[in-house]
Amino acid sequence: MASPPPPLSQSSVPFYRDVRVLRVLVQIAFVALVLLVGWFLWNNVVRGMARIGGAFSFAFLENAASFALSETSLPYDPATDSYLYAFFIGVLNTLRVVIVGIILATLLGLVAGIARLSSNWLIAKIAQVYVEIFRNTPLLIQLFFWYFVGILKLPRVRDSIEIPGGIYLSNRGLAVPWFTPNETFTAWLVIAGAGILAAFGVYKLLGRVEKPFIYEWRGGWAFLVWLAIALAAAVALQPFTPSVPEIRGFNFGGGVTLSPEYAALLLGLVVYTGAFIAEIVRAGIQAVPRGMVEAARALGLSYIQTLRLVVIPLALRVIIPPLTNQYLNLSKNSSLAIAVGYADLFYVSNTIFNQTGQTLQVILMIMVAYLIISLIISTAMNGLNARFKLVER
Amino acid sequence: MATQTQPRSEPLPPPVTEIGVIGWLRKNLFSTWYNALLTLIALYVVYAIVSGIWNLVTTADWDVITANIRLFMVGPYPADQTWRVQTSVAIFAFLVGASWAIWQGVARSAAILLGAVLLTSAVLPFAAGERVWFLASFAMLAAGFAVGHFTQARRVLVWAWLLSLPVIGILLYGVGGIPRVQTDQWGGLLLTLTLAIVGIAASFPLGVLLAVGRQSTYPVIRGFCIGYIELIRGVPLITVLFMMQIMLPLFLPEGMTVERAVRAMVGFTIFTAAYVAEIVRGGLQAIPRGQSEAARALGLNGPLTLLLIILPQALRATIPAMVGQFISLFKDTSLVAIVGLLDLARIANAAANQPEFLGHLTEVYVFIAAIYFVFAYAMSYGSRRLEKTLGVGER
Repeated sequence: MASPPPPLSQSSVPFYRDVRVLRVLVQIAFVALVLLVGWFLWNNVVRGMARIGGAFSFAFLENAASFALSETSLPYDPATDSYLYAFFIGVLNTLRVVIVGIILATLLGLVAGIARLSSNWLIAKIAQVYVEIFRNTPLLIQLFFWYFVGILKLPRVRDSIEIPGGIYLSNRGLAVPWFTPNETFTAWLVIAGAGILAAFGVYKLLGRVEKPFIYEWRGGWAFLVWLAIALAAAVALQPFTPSVPEIRGFNFGGGVTLSPEYAALLLGLVVYTGAFIAEIVRAGIQAVPRGMVEAARALGLSYIQTLRLVVIPLALRVIIPPLTNQYLNLSKNSSLAIAVGYADLFYVSNTIFNQTGQTLQVILMIMVAYLIISLIISTAMNGLNARFKLVER
Repeated sequence: MATQTQPRSEPLPPPVTEIGVIGWLRKNLFSTWYNALLTLIALYVVYAIVSGIWNLVTTADWDVITANIRLFMVGPYPADQTWRVQTSVAIFAFLVGASWAIWQGVARSAAILLGAVLLTSAVLPFAAGERVWFLASFAMLAAGFAVGHFTQARRVLVWAWLLSLPVIGILLYGVGGIPRVQTDQWGGLLLTLTLAIVGIAASFPLGVLLAVGRQSTYPVIRGFCIGYIELIRGVPLITVLFMMQIMLPLFLPEGMTVERAVRAMVGFTIFTAAYVAEIVRGGLQAIPRGQSEAARALGLNGPLTLLLIILPQALRATIPAMVGQFISLFKDTSLVAIVGLLDLARIANAAANQPEFLGHLTEVYVFIAAIYFVFAYAMSYGSRRLEKTLGVGER
């Protein structure tokens, strides 16, 4: 009786030619190399920091910051508040410019992207020139330009340019009317919140009505319901007092003044990112096959319906992933605030490590802060992407 | 007979309102009432911008540029050593001229652009010595074209290009008999271009390596590459540059120093490599499995499959994205101005702060923005041409 061939594992392959062993060995060697290099660098850093004076610790964060910040969205007192709190104010300032910047850049990009596809030759050309100029020059130069040539060259406060509606433009920034909340403000917020729920109910209810005029515009109707509730509550409760900017001496009183630094950074980021978004929007719309639009029209969908039900969902599928990248770029580019002196996360951190010398710790904090911001943006956009993704079998 | 049909005559010419200038205007500018309104508004905007530019050009004082042109081009590079930069440009012009004659295509556009820039600069009111040098470089361009045209030495040209970078680098930095000019003394456009070229040349291989590592079947190596790529892509470039300026000396053993420009180059390389890796990964994923299976069936081993079969196809597909990344690297070199290097952007601020040129910021910024624009636009134009030549997306 012939014996069965020996199982593979018992074959006489020496271990140094056994692929399974080799795989493990290669990986162990790689880890060892990384650890060795890491240990070498770490050792140098520790020795270098000992030379400068100071060990690796985050204790310094509790010391009083003792430097002033030009812009604070929360009360801040350099004499008593800690470095950590100053860092937090910087994070808030970054968020302030990133959130507003993303919204405005999207609007600008949308308009410019559609304009590039306009059948009007002049409009399309203007949009193209805008995109080419701002995409092909560095953001830093654009920021310098907006800040030093644009905003700081505006007239002084006393001769500021007045735009109807109580808006003033001067080299101290942009002053706009604002509201100061009264005691009834919380009550109004509660009612307005309840209004959102009511509007949502109306939206669902109208979804069952088969009259096209009501069904098509149910979002608009729901919004009107909310607006009516919010306005009625505002008239009844008087939750805010309007405050209009006025010139007082060398500065503005009342209203809200956007600092020149904030205005320049925001303008630079919006115009720069808008040019990139315009190209993305154009590519997205062009990616919708003509046949789709024609088929939708042939089925009897109106122009608005074709846009809403066919073109926009298909285009969004192409647009959202690169758009996410642009949002991430915008949030990271906001660190150029340091070039115009806006007190953002990076600017504040820079001051902290100049004062304390704790470079490594501060750089780690900056990286973590930006990573978290990036993570939030990409999570939100991935959620949006999942909604519009092609549903495959 | 009256009922007999007339012989068919020539078709009538289209109405005069449908062809020519009027037809074009009607079709492209005034097709509907709202288009007409848009056109009028747009015309007003264009008028406002053009008149603004006209005002700027007529009132501008370009002395700040002409007086500082050396500063803009080479920064604090020693004046008596400027001939080395000029020689480098002449070598480059010669090679571009030869490439035009031999390769045509993109090289032709590059040569025409370079020639136009050199000739324009020779006409502008710069110092006499510089104008002569611009003309000499133009002559080298023409000489290169002539040599290339008559010899058609393709192989020599490839070697010449490969050798030119180290030769120019050595010439500028100085080795042996030529006095050394440390990179701390490089500035202006010279520094900007050096940073961009070194950054591109170094980040490309590193990025390809990372992309291949990310596709690796070894979990440890894959994890390391993913960690590196995602970490770097999550932080702003300026933090990487700052980290390199401040931390690189700390990371190195005591007593070892690195020039500041080199630290910036390391920062750009580390940063751009992560983005290049993601682009290459996209290319790798687009290659069908059958390609590598066929290669293995033919007896190629892993590395050879990658090198001969996968990478050439993958890299060709990524040209547009890659060039886009390199353009953004080129623009981002301006960030070194923030960490204190004397690149074009920093020189601009320095020039505008000279007491005799105070208040001429606009001219300075327009000038350097134009320099950046020409380079960035030329790169994107070149990439579009290259794409067409290589037939990306058609095969």
